Amino acid sequence: MPLAASTPHDLAEVAASDAALRRFLHGLPGVDQVGAEARAAMLGTRSIKTSSKAFALDLAVRMVDLTTLEGQDTAGKVRALASKAMRPDPTDPACPPVAAVCVYPDLVTVAKETVRGSGVQVASVATAFPSGRASLEVKLADVRAAVASGADEVDMVIDRGAFLTGRYLQVFEEIEAVLAACSREDGSRAHLKVILETGELQTYDSVRRASWLAMLAGGDFIKTSTGKVSPAATLPVALVMLEAVRDFREATGRMVGVKPAGGIRTAKDAIKHLVVVNEVAGPDWLDPAWFRFGASSLLNDLLMQRTKQRTGRYSGPDYVTLD
Amino acid sequence: MTRIDVRKTYKLAIGGAFPRSESGRSYEVTDASGGFLANAAHASRKDARDAVVAARKAFPGWSARTAYNRGQVVYRVAEVLEGRRAQLAEEVQRAEGATRRVSEGLVDAAVDRLVWYAGWADKLAQVVGGTNPVAAPYFDFSVPEPTGVVGVLAPQESSLLGLVSVVAPAVVTGNTVVVAASVRRPLPAVTFAEVLATSDVPGGVVNVLTGLLTDTAPTLASHLDVNALDLTGALGDPDGATALEADAAENLKRVRRPAQDDWATDPGLDRMTWLLETKTVWHPIGT
Repeated sequence: MPLAASTPHDLAEVAASDAALRRFLHGLPGVDQVGAEARAAMLGTRSIKTSSKAFALDLAVRMVDLTTLEGQDTAGKVRALASKAMRPDPTDPACPPVAAVCVYPDLVTVAKETVRGSGVQVASVATAFPSGRASLEVKLADVRAAVASGADEVDMVIDRGAFLTGRYLQVFEEIEAVLAACSREDGSRAHLKVILETGELQTYDSVRRASWLAMLAGGDFIKTSTGKVSPAATLPVALVMLEAVRDFREATGRMVGVKPAGGIRTAKDAIKHLVVVNEVAGPDWLDPAWFRFGASSLLNDLLMQRTKQRTGRYSGPDYVTLD
Repeated sequence: MTRIDVRKTYKLAIGGAFPRSESGRSYEVTDASGGFLANAAHASRKDARDAVVAARKAFPGWSARTAYNRGQVVYRVAEVLEGRRAQLAEEVQRAEGATRRVSEGLVDAAVDRLVWYAGWADKLAQVVGGTNPVAAPYFDFSVPEPTGVVGVLAPQESSLLGLVSVVAPAVVTGNTVVVAASVRRPLPAVTFAEVLATSDVPGGVVNVLTGLLTDTAPTLASHLDVNALDLTGALGDPDGATALEADAAENLKRVRRPAQDDWATDPGLDRMTWLLETKTVWHPIGT
């Protein structure tokens, strides 16, 4: 749909000035709020059973970014979480590992030590998470420290204050600067996930604009929320963001991932999201490289559902870890 | 002028709410002589699972209350039940085909049973717990604690008194309950759930499922988050009861086998004590 006037060539120009960026972002078509919510609700009623459910559960496990972002986190807790990430269900060797563990920057070293060699990535939040209220130098130092400790992925927060007051170029340049700070000495680069904090963006139109802004600035992933603000990830917001990544690929050929985070606690919620991914963005995104769930308690529910599928018995919280 | 009948819809009671069956199914309930009474919800496996989740969620709060407080709450249930005596007497009468006088007696007996169990709430620990004499410098004592979520198949014949007699002892000791009501006489159970909802029992402490046992009973028996299973309602089906007992063995649930109970007599402590786990504490003293 949206970019009748935009070719990849035009997109290179949109960030030339604040005015051009504003013109572009406000030129994006508005989101039909009622339509988006109705479509999300309709897709949420799809019945996913038996073998499809088994596939969806395993895929969802592989997509989990197992997260602990509490002030009370300790090295011990991060080690326990990282061990769980590698072998989520020790009673079932067929259970796949999760995609990543997501921790605060100072605990990246601990997580990295534990998951080394397992293929599980370590993601670190950075840029004065969760508020993002610090000077650019502090944010960049935060990012560099995380990358230097071995983070494979960096989750940054955008400056919502700047975004909501319309200083789009400032947000754009900040993302670009963080992206540059993600570079490692060997020339490779940590993956950058841009947290939009959709719970603070007020409207779906803003979500669409913030998504495009983050993608134009070079983010590898757009992520809904920090998990510290309510509402966090909702299905209609995920739908709007998935439309944005789909349109962005059409316009530029570059694929960007989506990560809903916060508030997804049950396997049923996760499966609803997977249905929306498949229907809105397409099956290309049904892969841990392009779609993630930021969650902690979700994994236990997925494991209990897997056990039910495998044994026919409903499982209970006594049979999964407390974390 | 004639009024249009306002017929009551009998639903399930799960987590303090009264939902229809997730499956959308219902079945016809008839009175003792075969006449149509009402449609009741036919609970599915998923309803049973939801009820267990609700019961598990309610357990920490309910079991942490003081025994005295639980006694007060159960007494309050008796008060509210007394207030709905006429309605329940009529439902029991139509379900069981008894005379009016007999069914009123059954409701009174149910109220009395609740009062009796309410009184036991804060006295049971003194009877089944206590200090133990040990030959070492320890103060050693045992306290009873509730076992957890209890799945109950309510008696098939006694629709109210039997139901109260199996649910009250589980609840008063601090357990939370998922009860599958009598299959052919479920209506008093649903009304009793309304009594619970309008007294001070927190949502999820007693969850009532109606419908055939073919879906709900095996789910409760095999569910790993159910700690005990009362098979009283499987009395007429020994093979079925054995199969349920085998399912329950997977996670070592406490199982109460079906037996012929006489609901009119003094129940004794047995229905409370089988749902208690004894915690013994060795507290160092002296030296």
